[in-house]
Amino acid sequence: MSLTTNNRIAVNTRITTTESKPVIGLLLIVALTYLVLFLGLPLYAVFHEAFSKGSELYWSALKEADALSAIKLTLLVAVIAVPANLVFGIAAAWAIAKFEFKGKSLLITLIDLPFAVSPVVSGLVYVLLFGAQGWLGPWLMEHDIKLIFAVPGIVLATIFVTFPFIARELIPLMQAQGRDEEEAAVSLGASGWQTFWRVTLPNIKWGLLYGVILCNARAMGEFGAVSVVSGHIRGLTNTMPLHVEILYNEYNFVAAFAVASLLALLALVTLGVKSLVEWQAQRSGEPLHGAH
Amino acid sequence: MAQFRAHSVLPGFNLALGFTLLYFSLIVLIPLSALFFKTATLGWDGFVDVASSERVLASLRVTFFTSFAAAVINAFFGLIVAWVLVRYSFPGKKLVDALVDLPFALPTAVAGIVLATLYAPNGWLGQYFAAYDIKVAYTPLGIVVALTFIGLPFVVRTVQPVLADVEAEVEEAAASLGAGRLDVFRRVIFPAIYPALLTGFALAFARAIGEYGSVIFIAGNMPYISEITPLLIVAKLEQYDYAGATAIAVLMLLISFALLLSINALQWWSSRRGAR
Repeated sequence: MSLTTNNRIAVNTRITTTESKPVIGLLLIVALTYLVLFLGLPLYAVFHEAFSKGSELYWSALKEADALSAIKLTLLVAVIAVPANLVFGIAAAWAIAKFEFKGKSLLITLIDLPFAVSPVVSGLVYVLLFGAQGWLGPWLMEHDIKLIFAVPGIVLATIFVTFPFIARELIPLMQAQGRDEEEAAVSLGASGWQTFWRVTLPNIKWGLLYGVILCNARAMGEFGAVSVVSGHIRGLTNTMPLHVEILYNEYNFVAAFAVASLLALLALVTLGVKSLVEWQAQRSGEPLHGAH
Repeated sequence: MAQFRAHSVLPGFNLALGFTLLYFSLIVLIPLSALFFKTATLGWDGFVDVASSERVLASLRVTFFTSFAAAVINAFFGLIVAWVLVRYSFPGKKLVDALVDLPFALPTAVAGIVLATLYAPNGWLGQYFAAYDIKVAYTPLGIVVALTFIGLPFVVRTVQPVLADVEAEVEEAAASLGAGRLDVFRRVIFPAIYPALLTGFALAFARAIGEYGSVIFIAGNMPYISEITPLLIVAKLEQYDYAGATAIAVLMLLISFALLLSINALQWWSSRRGAR
């Protein structure tokens, strides 16, 4: 394209396909006001409230025994739930993206199912299965196994609500990449695992990381599902979000917001890493998402 | 088996699919089916009894009305945010763009307590409403605020990529044929993005229907007035009314599935339009 036509298009573009200055200003103000009111201000207020009575009270709220055990439980739950869903995500994506079989699109739809279920219902289904009144309740009681109102129930409910995160990230990505590279590796004599570690994994690493971060944020922050199965036993079955609720309902606002500020920090780190991953993927030219 | 799947030289199909199906059955399928079996013990009449009780219907009205209002607010402002992020450049744009996902990353309980604090009658924002005798926190209006926060990213993130794909040439052509800027938006841009807008709206709406954590702190939770359906399930559970809780849960699940189906249909429609 010659320089003159280029210039003409540029001039035209300015005249015809952008709004007048006042309109641009108005739209910018509306959009930014909306985001500040609904995102910026709440985020700032969490930290403001947490430090409103000084940093000494802030730290003592975090060092308190129940807060510490809530932090530990939250970490424990994430350490189990995220790897479990990671293994599932990889297995599901491998089967779906690298092979043709009947019922594939049904399976893809079904994997998203937990996203459509209210968190409260996600917790309830495990109470119905394992609770004292549930299907397996009497058998579990006989063998002195407690799943509901105990840590295993919390882990299960968390796995349920975070179930699709990694799989739905990997499936479209691996489908878009096809299977040529893997087929080449296998035909050159690589074993299945070698192919996966050396060919597939490097290709999907950013998408994988992306899914893991989002899965982790939800696993640590889940409230509704966990609340139903937890039984709210302080120091034993309270995760951080549940601990925030208890403190808030006791009008212990500084402590509630202190624990909440840790969760807000987690959210900020999540957003930061997410942006970093998107930027890295863009820079290296590897697509982060498959064709949706 | 040979007809079940096409031949491939790659290994691991049986292991991968086997594990996928086993894990899916144990975590999702069996627990969800427990819900339907439990409701079956209630019988059809028992189910209808619970589902059509005054309090359940009132909670469904509250849930639907507030979710709809929040999704409408998000559709309107989300479109403007997406527009601004795609079309204009301003300092701090990358930061703003990243911050849009905050509601996905911030635990709902944190959102709940901070919004309740901000919109309480003596809160930073609530005091301005209180001056006009408007109560936000502890009323259905508060529920709308919480659900607006929760659903904020959906419309922005569905509209953004589609808006970026609208070709400048088409707009130029329309403008050179004499269309004003508003006409170009109405006749050229809007038809291209409205399937995505509708999808974002439906996603925000579906998310709001099931939302629990952010709402209960700001809602006030008054039966018949500001009690949402998920909270009613918890209330029934706390009274050891498992059958009642289950019946409401099944009702909610059916609503969610219907929404999921319509969202899938919407996405299919919008991707077909995009592929034109």
